[in-house]
Parts: sequence; structure tokens; C-alpha cells
Amino acid sequence: MSTALSLEQAPPLSVPLRFFLTAPLFGAASAVLLLWVGPEALQSRWTPAALALTHLFALGALTMVMCGALFQMLPVLVGVKVTRPRLWGGICHVLLVLGTLSLAAGFLTAAPASFRLAVILLAAGLGLFLVVIGTGLLRAPRLQDSVRGMRWACGGLAVTLGFGITLTLGHGWESLPILRVPLTDLHLSWGLLGWVAALIAVVSWQVIPMFQMTPEYPPVLRRWLAAGVLVLLVWFGISAAVNWPGSTWPLAGLALLLIAFAGLTLWLLTRRRRTVGDTNLSYWRLGMVALIAAALLAIAGRLGMMVPGSRLALAPAVLFLAGFALSVVSGMLYKIVPFLVWLHLQQRIGENPAARGSIAPPNMRAVIREPRARAQWWLHTAALTLLLAGLVFPILLRPAALLWLASFAMLGYNLVTAARLYRRECARIAACT
Amino acid sequence: MISEFMTGEHRHCDAGFAKAESAASEDDLEGARSAYAEFEAALLGHLAMEEQVLFPAFEAKTGMNGGPTAVMRMEHDQMRGLLGQMQRALSGGSLDDFLGLAETLNVLIQQHNMKEEHMLYPMTERALGGEATAIIERMRAL
Repeated sequence: MSTALSLEQAPPLSVPLRFFLTAPLFGAASAVLLLWVGPEALQSRWTPAALALTHLFALGALTMVMCGALFQMLPVLVGVKVTRPRLWGGICHVLLVLGTLSLAAGFLTAAPASFRLAVILLAAGLGLFLVVIGTGLLRAPRLQDSVRGMRWACGGLAVTLGFGITLTLGHGWESLPILRVPLTDLHLSWGLLGWVAALIAVVSWQVIPMFQMTPEYPPVLRRWLAAGVLVLLVWFGISAAVNWPGSTWPLAGLALLLIAFAGLTLWLLTRRRRTVGDTNLSYWRLGMVALIAAALLAIAGRLGMMVPGSRLALAPAVLFLAGFALSVVSGMLYKIVPFLVWLHLQQRIGENPAARGSIAPPNMRAVIREPRARAQWWLHTAALTLLLAGLVFPILLRPAALLWLASFAMLGYNLVTAARLYRRECARIAACT
Repeated sequence: MISEFMTGEHRHCDAGFAKAESAASEDDLEGARSAYAEFEAALLGHLAMEEQVLFPAFEAKTGMNGGPTAVMRMEHDQMRGLLGQMQRALSGGSLDDFLGLAETLNVLIQQHNMKEEHMLYPMTERALGGEATAIIERMRAL
């Protein structure tokens, strides 16, 4: 499904953009759910609403953007072109959208049919994604650290999907005996660390030195971080399966690895050669601080310093998902989308001799204005703060949900503005004769 | 050897870029103009090295004319287009436009450099082998 060595610039804009434009909708849906159900939703991680909103967020918002970005980045990062990206990307997108909706509906209604449908759609959608992107990664002409790391991250997604399918089968067919608690822990840890954190780390050592002009990450980290995360996850899984008391060690190792990664990223960002700051940079900083806090709180929880099952026990997950992963993903969108709009307009102009010389595409800061991105960052930061406070003072959870809704609405608005500008400019270029 | 030399060139251009961008962000129009002139000269020189020496040598050796080097040349054209716009923004004294264009140029250059450093230069090195020193000399002489 891929042809080796191509330095071509990018698949059609519609391929990644459909994923990027859908993500804020799912984010907003998770906010609406929290607003609707209120503090009870986060009574524990097992409430139907908590499970539904976690998946709307992790699959519908985060994984959505990450999949779209991989379709986009594969040719640039590893020199492999995905053939028929419109077809495969389109199918993956539709399946991921419908599968996530069915899964959330399943959690909220407990209808076995919903879970059955979700299993089929998500297994097909993410399975197809793994085949298309995995084939590309296996055919990479040169084995760089980024290729290696992305393979590990895709492996992490595959394992997460496998556990997820097993758990969902348990919901869809009640007669199936499933060890729900340990399996959920495995599904959760592989999803958050093996897929989300591993992929973000791999992407960061490509993009942080590039876009911010910092020194490189140490080669040993680039080479081994993603692999280390997966090995520790396997160790954790085995020790949990045999009820071995030593499962604290791999968890502590994971926390330390992530703290090292985040600390190093923050340090590199203090040594950047560019002095111009932007929303992307603020998002990275916020994300890394949240990752360190999440890891520290997770260790504290493990050492019995937090009441298990309490609302506060959700703090590491909230910090990880909304504070770390969503921050980095949002920051990346503010770089990727304006650049892609510029790039594709540039190509359109190149194809039309009459437009060449008379039209210049709007630059990145004209595609999404920096003050608008900055305002959205403030909404995001305020929503995160209020959500964390809401874990202590539940009365704040509904206001927090409202702020999240506003933050996702503004993110969506900023992205849609970019897409509409693209359309308008395309029409202007086509009108040149 | 070619990889190291050309990657060093990229970092040299980055340094010039950062200087011009910093000056512009501090509203220092004169500083931005002089730093930009230096950066532009460095970048154009680098593009010339590739287009006049390195790519033709690679194409002659491998017979690959329409492949990777064609895409690289097209991206060079896109860079030159942005340079022209940046120059006009500076002449007109519009530092905001200049900064937006600079941001765009940086992303374009960085993703371009990554493809060169990770793929094209290693391929070139394999294809040209023992001629590397002579090629670097010819590029320096430009």
C-alpha cells in the first residue's frame, strides 16, 4: 500500500483535515456529557459517563488527530508515500467516527448491540490504520530513530486495541468471562503510555529541535524511550497478571521515564535559538508541566497517598489526557494546519500559470491569527485548571465543562476559519485566467 | 562527509534566520534588514550549491532526474518565493508580515531539511562515494 522513497510533499489536504476538523467536535461532545451528567460523572473511573467521555476524548479527539497527522507526516518523516491516501484515510476516518460514537452510546445505554457495533467499527478502522501506516513504516528506506519509535507506538496502539476489543466483547456478549479490572488497567496503561505518550515523544524529538531551533534530544533517549516504555508496560502486565507485588517497579520506571522526557523537553526549550514565542510553544510547555505533575501524582497514588476510587484519584488521568496530550496535540494543530493550507495553496498556484506571479498564498499567521490561537490557549488553560479544582470541589465541574466546551468550540472555529480561507483562496486562484 | 558538510550548512542558515527573526520581533527594522540580508545570502548560496553541483552529480550518477531532486528543486523555488515576499515586507517596513512569512519559511525549510538530511544526503553519499571531497570543493568554490 505504499511506494518506497518518495519525497513528495503531502497527501491531499482533505485527508488530514477531515481528522483535524472532527476532533474538536468529539472534544465538545465530551464536555457536553460532563455538563449534562455533572459531578456524578467523575465519581469514579467506572461510571458509565466517565467511560463514555474518556473514549469520546481519547479516541474521538486525541487518536483522531494523531491518525490524521500520521497520514500526513509519513511521507515527510520517513520518506514513504501512502498510496490512495484519500481512500484509506477516508475509510479510517468514517469508521473511527462511527465506532467512537457507538462505543460512547454503549457505555451510556449499556445496550449490547451498541458495543457489538463498536467492536466491529473500531477494530476495522484502527486495524486498517495500523495496516496502512504499519506497512509504510516497515518499508521505510532508512531505519531512523523516528521510524523505530513510530513502530513501537503503533505496536502500543495495536495492543491497546486488542485489550479494548476484548473488554468490549465482554460488554457485547455478557456470557463471556472477562477479568474486567486487570484488563482495564492494561488497556488504559497501554493506551495512555504505549500509544499516546510514545507517539508524542517520537514526534517531539523531530519537531522541537526543528521548529524551536533547540539542541537535539540525546541519542540514547531517542533510540530507547519508546521501546523502554513498551518493555516496562509488558513487565507491568506480567507482574499484574501473576499478582506479583513488584508491579510498582515498572510503574515507577514509567513515571521516571516520562518525567525525564518532559524535564528534558522543558530544558531544551530554555535553550532555543529562536526568541519569538507562539501558542505552539506555550502549549508544549503547559503539556510538559502537566506530564510531570501527572507522573508525580500517579506515583503518589501508588504509594497510598491518595484515596483510591476517589475523585482525586482521577487527577493523574486528567492531567495526562487534558493537560499533556491535548495540549501538545492542540499546539501541533496550530503549526500543521496553517502550514498545510499555505503549502497546498502554493501548489495550486504552481499549477495555474495565470496565477503564478500575481497571487501569493496567505502566510501561516494570516491563516490562523496568533491572537485567536492565544485566546484559545487561555480558554484551554483555564478549563484545565477548573477541571482539576473540580476534582476537589465538585461544584466547579459544571463550570469547568462549560469552559471546555468554549475551548473546543474556539479550537474548532480557528480550524474551520483556516479551511474556509483555503476554499476561498482556491476559488481565487482558479478564477485567474 | 557530504551529509556532515551540508547539515552544517543548514545549521548555519538556521542561525542567520533566528537572528533576523529576533530583530524583527523586537521591532528593530534596521537590525532585521541587515540580519535578513546575511541570512538570505547564506540560504541562496546553499541552494545554489545543491542545484548547480550536488543534484546534477547525483542525477548523473543515478539517472534519477524526475525523482527526489525534482521535489527538492520545487521546494527551493517555494523558498525563493517566500524570500522575495520577506524582502518586500522589509522594504515596506511591515514587520508583522515579515514575521508571518518567516514562520512559514521556517516550517518549509525545516521539513525540507529533514528530508534532505535523513534521505537525500545519505543516498547521495552512497551514490557518489569517493568523489565526495571533490564535490565539496566544487561547492565551496561557488
